[in-house]
Amino acid sequence: MNVATSIAPDAAAAFDGIWPDDGSSRIPARVYTDPAVYRRELDRFFYGRHWSYVGLEAEVPEPGRFKRTAIGERSVIMIRNRQGEINVLENRCAHRAMRFCQEKFGKVKTLVCPYHQWNYNHDGKLLGVPFQRGVKGKGGMPEDFALTDRSLRRLKVTVRNGVVFASFDDDVEPFEDYLGPDVLRYFDRTFDGRELVVQGYSRQRIPGNWKLMMENIKDPYHPGLLHTWFVTYGLWRADNQSQLVMDRHHRHACMISKRSETVDAEVTKGVTSFRKNMQLNDESLLDIVAEPWWGGPTVCMTTIFPSVILQQQINSLSTRQIIPVGPDAFDFVWTHFAFDDDDEGMRARRMHQANLFGPGGLVSADDGEVIEFSQDGFEQDQGFATLCELGGTDVGNSDHMVTEGLIRGMYRYWREVMEI
Amino acid sequence: MNVETGELAELIQLYAAYAACIDEERFDDWPAFFTEDCVYRLVARENHEAGYPLAIMSLKGVAGLRDRVYGVTSTLFHAPYYQRHVIGLPLVKGRDGGALLVEANYQVIRTKRDKPSDLFNVGRYVDRVVRAGAGLKFAEKLCVFDSELIPNSIIYPI
Repeated sequence: MNVATSIAPDAAAAFDGIWPDDGSSRIPARVYTDPAVYRRELDRFFYGRHWSYVGLEAEVPEPGRFKRTAIGERSVIMIRNRQGEINVLENRCAHRAMRFCQEKFGKVKTLVCPYHQWNYNHDGKLLGVPFQRGVKGKGGMPEDFALTDRSLRRLKVTVRNGVVFASFDDDVEPFEDYLGPDVLRYFDRTFDGRELVVQGYSRQRIPGNWKLMMENIKDPYHPGLLHTWFVTYGLWRADNQSQLVMDRHHRHACMISKRSETVDAEVTKGVTSFRKNMQLNDESLLDIVAEPWWGGPTVCMTTIFPSVILQQQINSLSTRQIIPVGPDAFDFVWTHFAFDDDDEGMRARRMHQANLFGPGGLVSADDGEVIEFSQDGFEQDQGFATLCELGGTDVGNSDHMVTEGLIRGMYRYWREVMEI
Repeated sequence: MNVETGELAELIQLYAAYAACIDEERFDDWPAFFTEDCVYRLVARENHEAGYPLAIMSLKGVAGLRDRVYGVTSTLFHAPYYQRHVIGLPLVKGRDGGALLVEANYQVIRTKRDKPSDLFNVGRYVDRVVRAGAGLKFAEKLCVFDSELIPNSIIYPI
């Protein structure tokens, strides 16, 4: 999509004064609430020159298999063609705009819009329309009607080691450049070409702005405070060895950490969520088995702006897709996966640890809750700005957790693209 | 499936007592509805039907249930809410040894402070009920929910 033409010239004035300073450490409430800001985010990030997560290749294992999902608010279909390639097609009939695909998964010979039976192949090419030449010499399409002019919108697609991303902008840079070498290294740490196996989906609607979820996974400050479990069992605590890494544009980030086996008294002093004597009845929840590909870190949380979070938290693996549905809500879709070469024990372990995360997670169900309450706070006072200055006001990588630098990095980039 | 009136009355009482326990937030009493080596799972219908193993909660034994209760009452931060179960009549679908295979529809209505009540989670229980001492207990409770989107989070047991 051409961004410049999608914004009326006089619309720029609507954004004047939203962000009163030239930094990225105090984020104004309107960034989370304003419908015009949200509209521009959809155009420039989700429909613009960015890559968005669509799914895993393993979800469409054979020709004709499809998965329906969304990029921003636009419904798309990921489908494998007869040559085995992955296509991502906009779920909108080229005739009357029908979102014709209503099932989430399936297998089809061709894609047919039921309204007037327009019929497309797996590449989105229009194969035929009923009564094109009319009936008994009457009616029909005009002489200049050409099937080739009416394909489904076909997005630019990249598949890297089983993970599928798509873009509405054909001029988007190569995916590897989009991530940059440092983030790509951590992407490839999990997705190194091993075959993936889907273990299931969780879907939640969180009543907060979509960026708050990105912020949550760029915020190493909260896990050792909000989440009793993380602090008590050392899964995420300020005395852990850690690394915070961004790409050169500061839009993506990785939070990497290694679990502490011992407790440093300085980091639990005064932390009310630390429970020294907490005992599990079912200790198998902490049956963590180190895997060779970890190379040390027990957790790596990667935010790929704007659409997905990649999770390795101990043995639990998932992608978490962000699908915005307005300035004040987003759908959060978790796809849990294992590796095809995992033994039964490891597959079961990944599932058992899934209890800790997700919409009912014993550890982190509260992330969605705090996002909702932040949104409530933004709605009640549009003049408010958040303070995001732990570790200073600058942007940069770090070797500790006591910083909000990744969030500042994201907003520096956000401001550049949004021109706000 | 033939069911004796007395047995059905016991089952109805079991489900009603189960709902009352969790709706009244007597979470410490919740594990007593289960056998020691029970299985409790809360599963999205799409995963259940596709054969995927992922669950929103998958608890093993009374030990796992107690850990969840600790999470609910002590460690998870969330907006407080009331929940109200409306459970349909139990349908006995079969017997397996001494166990009754029972299904029952449920809906859970959530009411947050200062908010109207919302339909929170809708589904069916797929249970394995056994006689334990004087009463009936769940050896397996599978909650398969239709609801496509969880409204933010699920904290309390269903």
